[in-house]
This record gives sequence, C-alpha cells and structure tokens, in this order.
Amino acid sequence: MTAAVGQLSPAAVREPWDGGSRLFAAGGRAGYAGHLAAYGPLPGHEPRGTLLAQLQASGLTGRGGAAFPAGPKLAAVAEAGGAARYATRPSGPVLIANGAEGEPLSFKDATLLHNAPHLVIDGLLATAQSVAASAIYIYTAAGNLDVVAAALAERPDAAGVILTESPDAFVAGQASAAVNFLETGRAIPVDLRRRLADSGFKGRPTLVQNVETWAQVALIARYGADWFRAAGVAGDPGTRLVSLSGDVPAQQVLEVPGGAPLTDVLATAGIRHDAVAAVLVGGFHGRWVRPEGVVLSVDEGAAGLGAGLAVRPGAGVLHVLGPGRCGLAATADMVDYLAGQSARQCGPCMFGLPALADVMRRLAGGGSGGSGRGGAGAGAGVAGPPLDPGLVDEVGRLSRLVSGRGACHHPDGTVRLIASALEVFADDIPWHLAGQCNSGHAGHAAVGLAGVRDQPGRVPAEGGRR
Amino acid sequence: MSADSRREAAARLHIDWTRCDGRGLCAELLPEALSRDDWGFPLAAPGRLAVDADKSNVPLKHSELGAAADAVKLCPVLALRLARP
Repeated sequence: MTAAVGQLSPAAVREPWDGGSRLFAAGGRAGYAGHLAAYGPLPGHEPRGTLLAQLQASGLTGRGGAAFPAGPKLAAVAEAGGAARYATRPSGPVLIANGAEGEPLSFKDATLLHNAPHLVIDGLLATAQSVAASAIYIYTAAGNLDVVAAALAERPDAAGVILTESPDAFVAGQASAAVNFLETGRAIPVDLRRRLADSGFKGRPTLVQNVETWAQVALIARYGADWFRAAGVAGDPGTRLVSLSGDVPAQQVLEVPGGAPLTDVLATAGIRHDAVAAVLVGGFHGRWVRPEGVVLSVDEGAAGLGAGLAVRPGAGVLHVLGPGRCGLAATADMVDYLAGQSARQCGPCMFGLPALADVMRRLAGGGSGGSGRGGAGAGAGVAGPPLDPGLVDEVGRLSRLVSGRGACHHPDGTVRLIASALEVFADDIPWHLAGQCNSGHAGHAAVGLAGVRDQPGRVPAEGGRR
Repeated sequence: MSADSRREAAARLHIDWTRCDGRGLCAELLPEALSRDDWGFPLAAPGRLAVDADKSNVPLKHSELGAAADAVKLCPVLALRLARP
C-alpha cells in the first residue's frame, strides 16, 4: 500500500478546467501544516445552528451515490439528538465517514483520503461540535488506514475519532451495512424500522456520509454556502470527484463542477470523442450513456435549461467503453460480479441476480457460451448458433421481479444497469440473437475492471491502464 | 386494487427480506394479496401495487387484516409485521 502512495505524485490529481481544485488545493498528500496553509484554520465554536444553516443553503448532496441532500440529513440528526439530550446513557449523535468505496470502478475516495485526509476530518469535527456528537468513526478500506491514522495522529483535535477497517465487499458501503458493521462486525444491510437519523448506531441518531461529502462540509464550514454555490449549477452546486477508468489514456480522479457536460470532462482527460463508444456513469449501479449531450447532474430537471440529458453521477464513476468493445458483454460481466456480491440475505436478490446474470451472459455470449467472469470476451466476434429471442423479455421479467424487493437497493441498482445496457446497446441485441457480436473483437471492459481492482490502494498511478 | 382502494389500504404488510425464507405460509393465508415468485418468496398479487410502488410493504384490505395478523404470528422466521397504510 505504501508503495502505491509513494507513486502518487501531486500531478496525479488533476485540477478542474475552470479555476483551481477545491478539494486538493493543499496539493498531493497534504500534511496538517500544508492543509492549514492552504485552507486556514477550521472556524472555532460558532453559535449552534450556524453550520446547519450554511449546509442547508449550500445545496450540497451526498457524494457516495444516492445524492441525498446533506443539509436536511444533518437537520434530522440534530433534531433527534436534541430530543435525546437528557437521556441517562450516551445518546448524542454518531457521525460516520464512509470510505468503504465498495464500487470496483471507484477510487476517488481512496484518492481523497490519501491526499486530503484533513478535510474529511475537519468536516467531521466541525459537525461534531455543532450537534454535540457522542462518537465519530471513519470507516474505510484497508489500503487507506495508514494514511488516515497518520493524519489523525498529526493534529491535536482528532483524538476522539475512531478509525475502522471496512470489508472489501460491494454492499459494505451501504449506510445500514456500515452501521451494522460497527455494531456487530457484519457489514451487511439491515431492514430498518426507523431512519438511521433517528435510531442508528446503538439506537443513537446516526449520520453516515461519504468521505467526500464530509470534505465538502469542511469547505462549507470555512467559506459558507455562497462560496460553495459559486461552482456548479443551481440544481447541482459545488464540485465533485469522479473516477475515470476503462479505455482511457490514464485512470485518474478529476474534480468537476455540478452540471458538467460529459464530453467536456472526457476532453479534459484527453479522450477524443471518437475514442468512446459509451460511458458507464455512476458505477455498477449506474447507467450506460452515449456521451453527446449528457450533463452530470443530480438535478434531472436540468435538461430544461437546454443542457441536454441530465445523468446522475452516482458514486462518481466514469467508465469508458472504447469503440469495438461489446457493451452487452461488459454489462454481463458486471452483473455477474453484482450477483456474486449479494449479501445473500434477501431471497429475490440471492436468487434473482444470478438468474439475471445467467440470462445476460447468454445474451452477451451470442450463443457461443458467453465470456464468463475474467474471460477475455471469448464470445465477442465469434459467430454461434442463434439465441432464443425470448431472452430479452426474460431479462425484463426478472428485472421486474427483483427490483424493490430487498433491504437495500442492490437489486434495484443492478436492474438499472441492465435496463440502460438494453437501451444504449439496443442495436447490438439483434446481432447477438442471431449468434454474432457486431462489436469488433474480443476484449471488453472486464479487462479494465480487473485493472482497477488490482491497483494497490486503488489510487491513480502512472500506467494504470492495462 | 384500484388507485382509490390503494389509498384506503387498511394496513400494509411489511416483508423483512433479510429474514424471509420463502416458506409460503403468508401466501396461503392471504391468497388475494400475495402470490409467490420463481423461488417461492412472497410477491404482491398482480394489480395490488402501483407501478414503482414499494414492493416490501403490500397494501391490505380491511377484510384481510385477520388473516394478516395470523400470518405475522405464524411466520416461522418472523419476517412479517403490520405497518400503517
């Protein structure tokens, strides 16, 4: 892990094209002194409610995937915490920074924790002071523990922050799974009777935010809502980190403003438009798009501004599928992975996702037996016997059967990915049904996927692409 | 159920998918509200839920409340509870 950190030069963190980076303003691998030099000290004790008011006005949304507004989420926790203030046992709110980053194609959280850990800690400490928190956790993958521990140790105000290793599993980053893990050691989602904001960790009001969200909170605590809104668009203010991977010159993390056109983001990374067949936006629970006319925005009404199709950036994953790659085969591999990542608690997910993966594999394989996980797309480009044309209907039937029937959104996200693949790669489906893949030759995004998974610490490094 | 009767649901049967094992007792006790999917897990009967409705909280009619209470009590894995409409 430390070797990967050593490879990460400040240059690996790219600045957005308009103005400087907000989250990496202290440069790569910023220590506490550099952090303070760049951002100034965290404001001290303020009148209660100041941070909450600024956060509400900022319009910040969660950066972990669901994009829930951060202000109302904090308000719910503050309210529940206020109601419980006179209880006899510890009852103050619990704050959790979620850096589990279970998305295989995401490495922006690791990048943030390696380069700007003090912003994440600042966001936690400012909020803890504001809501009189009783416990603070940073929950993150093994590869980030050392750098976060070092950051906590080099500042005088972070002694109360507890650092916990998250398991390497897709659903480990789901909010109720994170709380469950801290309580019981099992990182699997639970069927919540009450909101985490009312009753989470040990029954206390609990606020789980992605690490990047906490870093943004630190900036808002310092500079306020108006400053935050100066970047991005009204419906999606501020900046966000995206993890760029796939058929790209170099895997990297970019900081982009809300409402950014996808083609601009790709151009910033040196990717020509003719080098892109499709982009997976948001992660394995996201959707495929053709980039022209797409803007990355949590505000799906943004299209009314003449901005084109607004696509939710989810966990910030942008995975490029180059020309000649088969999108159906890439999707089949992803669904296969997602089926394997079911927590196996909820029947429709445990049985339904493997069934969906099987049908998708048959569709992707074009009759030649499919590529299989880890295979190099053996089915692509090879003619095989025609497929049952009912396969597409079966995908739809199974999708309706599994969606909405689980304790978390794992089945729903999987269904969303599949639906987008059938839409964006619709032209390929008749070819596959006829037993032939039209997308050139073998080798598809699964190779890129393996490349990301194999990166130690999953931080961008030189020559990251396979 | 029509859109009107959905609004007038007497209660909702919440399915805790993390506990449900697909034993099928609930579907036998509530044949009009629940069927079973490919793998035996309870599935809201056709027409019972609006498109995009919450499939984990199945609306019940007044006449089904007794059988629903039985289903909650008799579920061998305690995967059911009654919730407000």
